[in-house]
Amino acid sequence: MPLSRRAFLAGVTATGGALVVGFGPARAQTVPNADRFLGKSLAPDAVDSYLVIHADGAVTIFTGRVDLGTGHRIAMRQIAGEELDVAPERIALIEGDSALTPNQGATGGSYGVARGGSQLRRAAATARQALLALGAARLARPETDLELADGQVRVRGGGPSATYAELLGDKPFNVKLDPKAPYKAADRFRFIGKSLPRPDVPEKVTGTHRYVHDVTLPGMVHARVIRPPMDGGVLTAVDESSIGNIPGVRTVRQQSFLAVVADREWDAVRAAAALRTSWTPGPPAAGIGGRDQARVYDDMKAGRVVRDQEVAKRGDLGALTAPPAGTRTLSAEYRWPFQTHGSMGPSCAVADVKADRATLWSSSQGTHNLAGTCARVLGLERPRVRVIYVDGAGSYGPNGNDDAGMEAALISKAVGKPVRVQWSRQEEHGHDPKGPAQLLQLRAAVDPDGQVTAWETRAWLPVATANLPHLPLLSLDAAGLPQTPGRSTGLIYQNIDPPYAVGGLNAVVHWLAEAPLRTSAFRAPGKVANTFAVESFTDEIAALARVDPVEFRLRRLGNARGVEVLRRCAAKMGWQPRPSPGPVNRTGAVLTGRGIAYVHYKHDETIVAMGMEVAVERATGTIRVTRVVCAQDCGLMINPDCVQAQLEGNIIQTISRTLHEEVVFDRDRVTSLDWASYPILTFTEIPALEFDLVQRLDQPSLGVGEAASTPVPAALANAVFDATGVRLRTVPFRPERVKAALAGS
Amino acid sequence: MAKVSLRVNGSTREVESADPDIPLLYALRDHLGLTGTHFGCGLAQCGACTVLVGGRAVRSCVTPTRAVGGQDVTTIEGLGTAARPDPLQAAFIAEQAAQCGFCTAGIVMSAKALLATTPRPTRHQVTEALAGNLCRCGSHDRVVRAVLRAAGVPGGR
Repeated sequence: MPLSRRAFLAGVTATGGALVVGFGPARAQTVPNADRFLGKSLAPDAVDSYLVIHADGAVTIFTGRVDLGTGHRIAMRQIAGEELDVAPERIALIEGDSALTPNQGATGGSYGVARGGSQLRRAAATARQALLALGAARLARPETDLELADGQVRVRGGGPSATYAELLGDKPFNVKLDPKAPYKAADRFRFIGKSLPRPDVPEKVTGTHRYVHDVTLPGMVHARVIRPPMDGGVLTAVDESSIGNIPGVRTVRQQSFLAVVADREWDAVRAAAALRTSWTPGPPAAGIGGRDQARVYDDMKAGRVVRDQEVAKRGDLGALTAPPAGTRTLSAEYRWPFQTHGSMGPSCAVADVKADRATLWSSSQGTHNLAGTCARVLGLERPRVRVIYVDGAGSYGPNGNDDAGMEAALISKAVGKPVRVQWSRQEEHGHDPKGPAQLLQLRAAVDPDGQVTAWETRAWLPVATANLPHLPLLSLDAAGLPQTPGRSTGLIYQNIDPPYAVGGLNAVVHWLAEAPLRTSAFRAPGKVANTFAVESFTDEIAALARVDPVEFRLRRLGNARGVEVLRRCAAKMGWQPRPSPGPVNRTGAVLTGRGIAYVHYKHDETIVAMGMEVAVERATGTIRVTRVVCAQDCGLMINPDCVQAQLEGNIIQTISRTLHEEVVFDRDRVTSLDWASYPILTFTEIPALEFDLVQRLDQPSLGVGEAASTPVPAALANAVFDATGVRLRTVPFRPERVKAALAGS
Repeated sequence: MAKVSLRVNGSTREVESADPDIPLLYALRDHLGLTGTHFGCGLAQCGACTVLVGGRAVRSCVTPTRAVGGQDVTTIEGLGTAARPDPLQAAFIAEQAAQCGFCTAGIVMSAKALLATTPRPTRHQVTEALAGNLCRCGSHDRVVRAVLRAAGVPGGR
């Protein structure tokens, strides 16, 4: 029975069919008539959940994880095409549709290829095995005589053949993923390892790529949510007459959740600006406290600790608590501020809520999770809510997208029409959940031979981001609706301990009950700040011991792949061994230096070494990064150019975070509400970028979306130290702060 | 209702709005369906909404529609198509110079304006011309290479 017929009989009612109307054929992201697949298998352990072979020999694949501008959608085609021996251009991809794609978990943790891709590869390898069995039956030959090639099962060395379409066309496999199904050997790769171009780039460059912001439905109205002047504020009055001169505008209110709705978007924008409202302060949301920016790090140290977590412990810290004669100790405190995801397009979503079903178009990184949350809030059964992923502006963790989706759903339910919610720039900067502030104190003991005999890390981190059951949504608090469980917000404690051989080691997290702002995962969650601390401190120890920073690390690395990456980075950089700081004349107008940092992401994933060259202008304190050299081992690279693009993004974005970025807030709310008050790196500040990427065809793929972010701040700080002899331990390294540090040295 | 007539990508179009000061961005996206131009900030800070008016790059989010009457407006859709990109767009494709791509249309339009007045720019001229276009994904290096490639400047660096 054809899938579309089965879907019809399955009685699935949620539909995304209206969207197809707005899309032309053969879009990179959108498959025409995707609804014909409704009712297909979604079980993560079934081959049919991941791929369908059509009567014409083309293939459609289904991935729960999505492409955030990362190249995921070409990599998935390469993986499936390789195992199935089908050219990637014959493969269509449906991603992140809660009614059509298996729930492979939210897109995050750098696991798109590493986990999502390996599930797809397992499915395709199992399908390959099944096709061989079908071919053997059809051709009456043993499987060992057969091979797969270009959409056919054929007898090796010539002879009869059968196309996949003849063997299966559009019918389900009805087999489970076979963990023993063999992968194609690396020496026969045709697509994996090639830098195939991404299918979405031509549309993005010509303005024809459809973003969630561009989705329109018949009868759709435009909404803007009205935010309180203080977070958690209680709405006391709405003066409807203040927008009476704007035709066709109405308000939607549920307790303190307030929105304006209009047929035309500009009228909604005008009404949101004109509407007069009154608010009084309400109680702070759960987990929010200590909102004095001037005291943010002091408040963390004095904050209520929920529990302590011992992340790593080996030996004892006797060399620190009772240092033997000749042992030197050092300590340092590193500070990381609140930062915003800063997506270029403010969050947006479209929802069409009916009495018995709901459909959302969203760029959520977790469409399955959002569907579950919406179902509970709307009082619908889970299969009656469908969330369809459509690209948004790049997100690097949960920004305002899930909030916008829930808001669109609530408003659509209230007005009985499809609703598009578009956040303003001020809403995105003010209300996206933030990457949290982090505070780390490190101590070490160094014996007369330069050995690190003890290392201690203490980290103060808000527990709100450590696998809280859900990310609280703004609209639910405002509307007096219960928050619903089902979210995870990132493992921010990882990499607080060094990757190097040290004597006694103790690394502890003090989990804080409260944070001043709502938090969520932000690219390489927690590990950017943690690696900043660990790799800066490693540099401080090397400087104390008067040992070259590369040599210091190499002597203490037990990991052969790590050693190779660090050596390759240093070689490409032309690293001259000597201790830091450099023997430079510090009276010049511009001081230059080099620094290095290393990370083994999460201690068992991708390995990155990063060298950096900087120029520091003494009069102004302005830092320019002039050159970055990055070596990385992420195992098997499916598409090396996409890997490199991710590294470029990691590096540039994290230089921006390190040099410029800090959320500003007062006791009421965030006040850095635009790109002037929250500046990011511009085209004039981009350094020369050089890469040495290790390809390991025989190894599993590891993640690349995050790891190379983590060594950036320390490499930068270490280079500044090399140039100036001044150690920067508080991010961001803005000119006034750097100038003050230089003056104090 | 106020009616505003404007010339977009070679065609004369009419926009009807309750507000005569409707910004060009909303007229293009919501009234004319030209969604290739993106809303990024509404404050003329990020460049995502950049279009050409009379050949000059302007921020459509703060430009009243009626202020461009009589001049030619060119949006990203007015250059080439995915199947037949114009040379600048082709260079962006060759360099794979986009990640999420949300800022890309505005960057292409700013670069288009640069190349119209400076056909063979230096790398420095490119980065200065694009200084008002923000990108969060970090595609900057590829973008600069793409613009230099389109200009026929060798090396890209």
